[in-house]
Amino acid sequence: MSTEAVTTFPVRGGKLRMEHVGVVFERDGKTVSVLEDINLDVSDGEFICLVGPSGCGKSTLLNVMGGFLWPTTGSVTIDREVVRGPDPRRILVFQERGVFPWLTVEGNIGFGLSQLSRMEREERIAHYVQMVRLQGFEQTYPSDLSGGMKQRLQVARALAVNPDILYLDEPFGALDSITRLIMRGELLRIWQSERRTIIFVTHDVDEAVQLADRVVVLSARPAKIQDVLTIDIPHPRNISSTRYLEHRDDLLKRIGLAYTA
Amino acid sequence: MNSLSNPGKWEKFFWPLLGAALLLALWHYSVIWTATQVFPSPLSVEKGLAELLRKHLLWADIGDSLRRVALGFGTAAVIGIPLGLTLGWYPAVNQILNPMFQILRPISPIAWIPIAIILFGIGDHAAVFLIFLGSFFPIVVACVSGVSNVPSIFRRAGRNFGLSPAQVLARVVFPAALPQILIGLRIALGIAWLVVVAAEMIAVDSGLGYLVIDSRNSGKRYDLVVAAMLLIGLIGLALDIGFRRLEKIRSVRWGFGHES
Repeated sequence: MSTEAVTTFPVRGGKLRMEHVGVVFERDGKTVSVLEDINLDVSDGEFICLVGPSGCGKSTLLNVMGGFLWPTTGSVTIDREVVRGPDPRRILVFQERGVFPWLTVEGNIGFGLSQLSRMEREERIAHYVQMVRLQGFEQTYPSDLSGGMKQRLQVARALAVNPDILYLDEPFGALDSITRLIMRGELLRIWQSERRTIIFVTHDVDEAVQLADRVVVLSARPAKIQDVLTIDIPHPRNISSTRYLEHRDDLLKRIGLAYTA
Repeated sequence: MNSLSNPGKWEKFFWPLLGAALLLALWHYSVIWTATQVFPSPLSVEKGLAELLRKHLLWADIGDSLRRVALGFGTAAVIGIPLGLTLGWYPAVNQILNPMFQILRPISPIAWIPIAIILFGIGDHAAVFLIFLGSFFPIVVACVSGVSNVPSIFRRAGRNFGLSPAQVLARVVFPAALPQILIGLRIALGIAWLVVVAAEMIAVDSGLGYLVIDSRNSGKRYDLVVAAMLLIGLIGLALDIGFRRLEKIRSVRWGFGHES
């Protein structure tokens, strides 16, 4: 098993680096500061969860990392290269309605693969259909899929272009609680077999403690990084073990402080 | 299971047929009771229809009307869809042209008849031009709103996968807007069918519209007038049903709220 590699990171940083990132929006002539002085180093293959009060700017931060939004101050660099726009090497997965309803499962997964030869594309599609367990649904349209299947499809579409970073914006937020639990397990399984860097936005403390190598706690708006917690429990994590519960309580306490601050 | 909301197969045809039969009976007896000399009974309309069919003129008229609609509507679609997509894609251009469209749009194509005749003279071109005008604006407007209603998530996903703006338009925005574009085309086709009849009454000497006006002018054959009207209704319905079949195509079906 690769659990050891998952839990120990001798060197922090290296893959994605944010330095003094700040975002200010202009709204009705007023300036609203959304993000302030965000500094974070993410290593290759790391699983980071971003948590924080709703509306604090978690999604904004993800959009800055993904190149959809220019930071007002500071910079985001990936592999020492400044992020200047969206890039197929880093794919953003949306909360819901992200899959294309006019394409089949196969069409969605193959969406970013038009440069490949037909045979390569078909192989790639088959591989990811298998990985997200949608066999038998290749010709199905999203309107005939459940919410969980659609999110699996969106993850497969993202993985198919072989990105080195996945940004997930509350990807399971619109699912029911049982499906959400299953999806977490699936995501961990995929992460362990594919080894991508994952930045995962959530407002669910359990989700963060179950998934992340490190949990980044953002404060209320204007968001700053208030805390970074390392969760050093090997996967699969027993979510009723004392160690797990300690981490969870610790995180809750820190968020509680974040809310009252 | 067998309730009003879920009728059996035979009921689906039985009640509408019964309704039509009752209406025909009402029409028939109204003609008899009022002893009108002008308005034809269903039976004389049927005879008139048979007469038209015997003379082989009817098929030529239907063909002419359909051809004019195909030309006018087709041209409107070929010009209107790319234009509407462009306007939706560049809101700045749309802001410049939109007020003009909003003024031109409510003008009935009938009001354009004098101008059509100045431009094209009496004849086919004038009729086709009127049909074009009637269907052009609904198509453009549907495309503009179709494009601007495409969720930003889809565009962002397209950009994320490395698509150029032209590719985003072709592979994301167009398919995402297609259901709304089809609705616009369907409305436009309905209008085109309305306009062709009016145009044929004035500008040409063939087609179903001409048949209506000619039957009245040459000998007050109201049986033929009503027969032609019924035909216009039936063909319009057939066009609409035919067009609605497009909504069943799998890649656009999601946009029409069909249950899986």
